[in-house]
Amino acid sequence: MRLGSGTFAACCVVVEVLGVVLFLRGFFPAPVRSSSSSKHQAEPPAPEPSAGASSNWTKLPPPLFSKVVIVLIDALRDDFVFGSKGVKFMPYTTYLVEKGASHSFVAEAKPPTVTMPRIKALMTGSVPGFIDVVMNLNSPALLEDNVITQAKAAGKRIISYGDETWVKLFPKHFVEYDGTTSFFVSDYTEVDENVTRHLDKVLKRGDWDVLILHYLGLDHIGHVSGPSSPLIGRKLSEMDGVLMKIHTALLSEERETLLPSLLVLCGDHGMSETGGHGASSTEEVSTPLLLVSSAFERKPGDIRHPKHVQQTDLAATLAIGLGLPIPKNSVGHLLFPAIEGKPMREQLRFLHLNTVQLTKLLQENVPSYEKEPGFEQFKISERLHGNWIRLYLEENNSEVLFNLGTKVRRQYLDALKTLSLSLSRQVAQYDVYSMVVGTVVVLEVLTLLLLSIPQALSSKAELEVPLLSPVFSLLFYLTFLVLSAVHVIVCTSTESSCYLCSLSWLTAGGVMVLVSALLCAVVSALTKVLVRGKLLSKNAAHSNSRWSELDLLILLGTLGHVLSLGASSFIEEEHQTWYFLVSTLCLALCHDIYRNYLPGDDCEPQRCLHVEGGFDGATPALQDKNTSSAVLELNRGCKSPSSLGTLRGYEKWMVLASPWVILTCCRLLRSLNQTGVQWAHRPDLGHWLTRGILEARFVYVFVLGILFTGTKDLLKSQVVAAGFTVKTVGLWELYSGFVLLAALLLRPHNLPVLVLSLLIQTLMAKFVWKPLRHDVAKVTVMHYWFGQAFFYFQGNSNNIATVDISAGFVGLDTYVEIPAIFLTAFATYAGPVLWASHLVSFLSSEASSSSALSHAGFCYALIGSFPVSAYIILVTSLRYHLFIWSVFSPKLLYEGMHLLITAAVCVFFTAMDQTNTKS
Amino acid sequence: MKDTDIKRLLYTHSLCIFSIILSIFIPSFFLENFSILETHLTWLCICSVFVTAVNLVLYLVVKPNASSKRSSLSFKVTRFVKCCVYFLMSCFTFHVIFVLYGAPLIELVLETFLFAVTLSTFTTVPCLCLLGPNIKAWLRVFSRNGVTSVWENSLQITTISSFVGAWLGAFPIPLDWERPWQVWPISCTLGATFGYVAGLFISPLWIYWNRKQLTYKNN
Repeated sequence: MRLGSGTFAACCVVVEVLGVVLFLRGFFPAPVRSSSSSKHQAEPPAPEPSAGASSNWTKLPPPLFSKVVIVLIDALRDDFVFGSKGVKFMPYTTYLVEKGASHSFVAEAKPPTVTMPRIKALMTGSVPGFIDVVMNLNSPALLEDNVITQAKAAGKRIISYGDETWVKLFPKHFVEYDGTTSFFVSDYTEVDENVTRHLDKVLKRGDWDVLILHYLGLDHIGHVSGPSSPLIGRKLSEMDGVLMKIHTALLSEERETLLPSLLVLCGDHGMSETGGHGASSTEEVSTPLLLVSSAFERKPGDIRHPKHVQQTDLAATLAIGLGLPIPKNSVGHLLFPAIEGKPMREQLRFLHLNTVQLTKLLQENVPSYEKEPGFEQFKISERLHGNWIRLYLEENNSEVLFNLGTKVRRQYLDALKTLSLSLSRQVAQYDVYSMVVGTVVVLEVLTLLLLSIPQALSSKAELEVPLLSPVFSLLFYLTFLVLSAVHVIVCTSTESSCYLCSLSWLTAGGVMVLVSALLCAVVSALTKVLVRGKLLSKNAAHSNSRWSELDLLILLGTLGHVLSLGASSFIEEEHQTWYFLVSTLCLALCHDIYRNYLPGDDCEPQRCLHVEGGFDGATPALQDKNTSSAVLELNRGCKSPSSLGTLRGYEKWMVLASPWVILTCCRLLRSLNQTGVQWAHRPDLGHWLTRGILEARFVYVFVLGILFTGTKDLLKSQVVAAGFTVKTVGLWELYSGFVLLAALLLRPHNLPVLVLSLLIQTLMAKFVWKPLRHDVAKVTVMHYWFGQAFFYFQGNSNNIATVDISAGFVGLDTYVEIPAIFLTAFATYAGPVLWASHLVSFLSSEASSSSALSHAGFCYALIGSFPVSAYIILVTSLRYHLFIWSVFSPKLLYEGMHLLITAAVCVFFTAMDQTNTKS
Repeated sequence: MKDTDIKRLLYTHSLCIFSIILSIFIPSFFLENFSILETHLTWLCICSVFVTAVNLVLYLVVKPNASSKRSSLSFKVTRFVKCCVYFLMSCFTFHVIFVLYGAPLIELVLETFLFAVTLSTFTTVPCLCLLGPNIKAWLRVFSRNGVTSVWENSLQITTISSFVGAWLGAFPIPLDWERPWQVWPISCTLGATFGYVAGLFISPLWIYWNRKQLTYKNN
């Protein structure tokens, strides 16, 4: 089957979009969420189950502890407390662990082992997914149901000292706080002094219910000198002293109150052997969790091997301990030892509350929840519990009651464990299988595109796509079989849930067919290229066309940009990369132009500069004037053409000056949105437009009208074959419709961006591309680069927070989802879309050959899909990087969206090309 | 002819490199607290002066290009004045280009300008010495296949490598390493210097390596 290269490219990009979507689905697993999580309404707590006789205990059980102190030591690894270091440097804590009234656990943190998500996990009991960050549009406050908010709502007074992340996560929650920053890593004394200095006062005062202390010093030491540094020991002794102080203060206070208090010692994440954290090695995920309270039984005998629990279990335990409802999204289960000392009825009540909460979460997240073993266990234990309550209310034989109670308790604990496991499996890890399949699809498409470059960019702009032969080839069936086998093995063996396995067999089979067909296509393309390469080498007909500087720049720029995506700072500052590349592009164009138009060019001997003798002292003034005006700026360049006289000379000066004008425009735009604030309050036309709904609708009518006439012209050119000009007019009308829409949607202070973009497009089209006769590929790449630069000139960045959602409300009274999404997407990607549509219009009106559009489509697809493919691999290899959430993941979303836009543009190219060939 | 030229080229270039190395070490004997990073502007001035002086001396001693026919005093004076004007103009042009590339417009003007001066020293001064204030010759040298001697070839290489060095020098600026040399324009000036030194070092070798393939119109 023969395909135009534009069509081929469009198909490829569409397939690539599928691959990227699959990758994204694997990279961002859907979080386990309670559907009612957005509304913070207090649901009544589940009543005690009962069979027959009604129980009157429907309120929440009272708190177990009067005061809770949470001592969170950043980067506290389990062996710092339970290992030899703990014995050596933390004698008091070791005493508490071994002989005191305490329970010790090793809490396992889920990656990314970074402070903020860990605090979220500790307080909400959920495993936060990246999607939360997107949903909250980077608002730092924690909106999810959590222990702190619940405590605040219940009227508890909370105090927080330490890492200011707490203050950011829970604004207005603390009656008193003092945030320390983790910015100065080399400071590991002051940062902890600032926490400890409040202690004496606060412990004496006692007018609080929850005290949170977050010590950063240990983490700083780890970052600076690693876990085996002698500083660690000193820091641990200091922390031991702090613990002793708190514990003795709590004990002395307890004598006055009835209820005991609870002291929690935990770490947010561990520390790797090099002192860092963020990844998922055992050292990084193991943290100690120590609960100390006089309510607990003293257990003699050493506990060298504490039980392994999940970090998320703390939230449920704290909620029960403080007499609060368990956070809705918590996937953790109650730490049973903490309530072991209570009477049986209370124990069962707590366990029941926790199980009900987990079951609710399971019902909302797993469609086939009734088949889950945890759910069945829950049903059984609830029934047993009801029976027990009946017996209890009837005041039956205590022996029987106790035996049945133990049985119910065991049932509940089993149910809890199963439920918690199946819930946390939903979000726990990256779904590597889906990621790999997605990456494979994307890479295959990219290879296919790369291999078909010579064919696609030939003058015919067509290429042979063998569709039938791979379908019937042996290789295809073999790969398909192998892939299906792999699929079955992965899906049956893997513990964590993966998206591909949850798909129906038919869909998964479709994906496998796609992968193997693409593989066959790649292989056949490869053989073709090899054969052709052999033929060429036999012919030994070297085309000695050397690469021009511009080609080299374009190639190196693209490669450099792709490589720069591996560094987080370059992603944060990607606009700088594009500005730099565009400036360099302008200078290279300038060089190109001057080589063509200034002396030394033999085809234009009448040039005035050529006439002058270099050493002639009589003309240096004129010469200086000419060169400086050519080199420096437009204004002088406009003055001097009078000496040249002719109109042609004027045009020539425009050609010579246009790169500098463009550079100046870019410089202006760059400073426009760096300091975008100072322009924002200026009232102008755009301001008026964004405000009024009626006016906006008025403009919509115009935009729709222009788009409609444009489309009509296009259709006419297709149906009637009315000729070339109608179609070009239609394209330009579409283009101006886009411009008008962008003018409406962009923020007022961004209108200069639009104006200068139009100016640059005109200048480039009239004075650079037309006279210099650059080939289609170069023009396409330049359009792409300028489109990228304008994406950032608009004030966008690789941070989700800069997406201007207000564009989605222009002209709408209320939030309507589909138009809002479309408008926001258009407003965000206005730069690239405008440049792409300019490319179409420009090529179709200027094109020398009929294949220009399909060449352009191919180039656009290639250059658009290259960064995405590379980025996917980079992000996979960097998935345990410290900044994976804050920097790399948003960029991944941007890249995915950009690929979608590219696909749309490519389809547009193809459609235009089809009409072209038909007419 | 060619081999002796290459040998002379090598000597002159090693002198230039030597002058740059000297500009790093000599000032510390006379100035207190001198270091490249902390008193960067001083070093830039000293380095430019050193390189200019060495270039001028070498030009007067070696005389690589054939002396022009007219050698009256007035001609020499006008030529010298023209050279100075060209040098200043190139400094301003570079400054404008840096600003267009995103250098701050108002703050750090002195730094930006001194960077422009340094880059001009590495590029324009050798051009002026070798080719004189003759735009036509410059364009010829910097267009493809326009070189007519070993000297011009090396000039081409050093100039381009200085530019590329300065260009690459801008890359580390956005990185968050928080090193003192990432401040504008230190990384760029260092890049330009490294580029220049590399060009000086490479060009004789490269010319020597390719001496068979290189044919010049005049030789």
